[in-house]
Amino acid sequence: MSAEPGPLEAALRGRRSQGGKALVPYLTGGLGDWQAGLAAAADAGADAIEVGIPFSDPVMDGPVIQQANDRALAGGITPLAVLDALGRLDIGVPLAVMTYYNIAFRFGLERFASMLAEQGVAAAILPDLPLEEAGPWTEAADAAGVETVLLAAPTASDERLGRICARTRGFVYGVGLLGVTGERDELASSAVVMAGRLKQVTDVPVLVGVGVGTPEQAQEVCRVADGAVVGSAVVRRMLGDGGPAAVGDLIGQFRRALD
Amino acid sequence: MTMAEPVGGRFGEFGGRFVPETLVPACEELEAAFRSAWADESFRGELNQLLGDYAGRPSPLTECHRLSEELGLRLLLKREDLNHTGSHKINNVLGQALLAVRMGKTRLVAETGAGQHGVATATAAALLGLECVVYMGEVDMERQALNVFRMQLLGAEVRSAMSGSRTLKDAINEAMRDWVATVESSHYCLGSVMGPHPYPWMVRELHRVIGDEAREQCRELMGRDPDVVTACVGGGSNAIGIFSGFVDGDAALVGVEPAGGAAIGRGVPGVVHGSKSFLMQDEHGQVLEAESISAGLDYPGIGPEHSHLAAIGRARYETVTDDEVVAAFELLSRTEGIIPALEPAHALAWVSRDRQELAGQSVLLNLSGRGDKDVDQMMDRLVADGSASGDDGQSE
Repeated sequence: MSAEPGPLEAALRGRRSQGGKALVPYLTGGLGDWQAGLAAAADAGADAIEVGIPFSDPVMDGPVIQQANDRALAGGITPLAVLDALGRLDIGVPLAVMTYYNIAFRFGLERFASMLAEQGVAAAILPDLPLEEAGPWTEAADAAGVETVLLAAPTASDERLGRICARTRGFVYGVGLLGVTGERDELASSAVVMAGRLKQVTDVPVLVGVGVGTPEQAQEVCRVADGAVVGSAVVRRMLGDGGPAAVGDLIGQFRRALD
Repeated sequence: MTMAEPVGGRFGEFGGRFVPETLVPACEELEAAFRSAWADESFRGELNQLLGDYAGRPSPLTECHRLSEELGLRLLLKREDLNHTGSHKINNVLGQALLAVRMGKTRLVAETGAGQHGVATATAAALLGLECVVYMGEVDMERQALNVFRMQLLGAEVRSAMSGSRTLKDAINEAMRDWVATVESSHYCLGSVMGPHPYPWMVRELHRVIGDEAREQCRELMGRDPDVVTACVGGGSNAIGIFSGFVDGDAALVGVEPAGGAAIGRGVPGVVHGSKSFLMQDEHGQVLEAESISAGLDYPGIGPEHSHLAAIGRARYETVTDDEVVAAFELLSRTEGIIPALEPAHALAWVSRDRQELAGQSVLLNLSGRGDKDVDQMMDRLVADGSASGDDGQSE
């Protein structure tokens, strides 16, 4: 473990030490008025925000985020344009980029890591980069002071969960169910189980995402987890007519449910 | 050199296991299961029996007398088109389906481009009593409608992939998403030497029978290996299969990619669908959409072992255009009475185009599939052009 937690982990630990639950929404970079969406989410009480850098082949994402990716890419968004915009943004909460490994690989791992640091991005989440393949990236990220959030899934053994938690920075991202991102009618029972298994093996903040789409579901998983990640429900509002105002409204509902 | 097991899941710098965390334990389980099965005489025996009694192996080696004379070289075809289901795909699928049963899985998930791998998977699922779901790009479902119906006849459910380019690459994305959600009961029956470790290695081992048979057949016929071994390459499974019989010898190994889907010809290293390999992508890392006349080769990537063979110079990769492929498709039909699939017609297109370079040499070409599935598409193209040979009566 690094001695000093980075800004993302510090923020999430801070929320936990006050007896609160962390709320981390996800928005797709380049989709509509996404920067206003980020500001609205921060104003409404997000502890940190994940910003997606669109990728052509998002294998961990369901239909809503796929559509957001396709639309943002069709609008001409590039990784560099997302990062440039983030560098100019001042919304008062730590930011994490979420993208697929090829985006960082094509950029050059060291260049991508130092670019994140320069633009004030605290962390990176790369859902197709599991522990065994993460070495070259985490080396570059550590050197640049960027936190790498690893995912933990229900299919892992406890031993594997322990190794993931030892290497993750910022928080550990518990995958709430067997499946890709997207809203579900009910919270999967695996979400609470996942949170409990992770809490047993780590002191790092445990957040659960994938299949957490309503304030009630977030509340339910946060009986055990330290916080929740909400993606498709937020992005669906950015895809629809509601835009940033609807995002602010939704995040406000989540915030009240968790407080 | 020989084709050994990849070290740490890698062929040189290529390969690896770049998958969502959910799938890592499944890949580990699959690797262990395959290693144990492959070392198990009874598993090998069961597979060999199916390959013989059911799939019709060994496939013959055909010497093309008329076409050889026309091209000024000695052309030999490895007849994978004569296998049950019409292509080499059955070799891999029977092995993986048996393995799925051995692992206690009840459902097969597959992607398909031209439909050949989907048909083969649906066939193996029917044979072994497994549930089967095949993902296919919406565009491919239109141009390979016959294979869609064939899969349905065999009891499989065909689901269309409607995102991105709506072709093979997107069908793979959908199959992986399905597997993420169903990993406990499903085996992902991947159709090429790509994807996360152990697939590139496992699928190669299951197609190795092509190269092993061909080498024996060549030695019987000519007393030696051919000068050149060639095959078409999309993901590259039929090419790896035949190369694996000759890689430790002196034969030149030549993979042929479509100009519109040339991962090695036009790509740079990247990571998609579970492994690091050459990949057609833009300067930002977005994967490009391949464009080829053949749905089976319409893929912007390539199996990692091909990238390795190219990097170390053991194999080389050529590209051919759609027009050259169509000409080769007609050429083989007319001169040898064999209608090839459009995929292996790529390899023949290269042989035909570069015949002066190949003059007097013996060339072994893996005829990986038969052309029945492509006849409709070729009829539209050739009859509409009025350019098909023997099209008397098309004009008034």
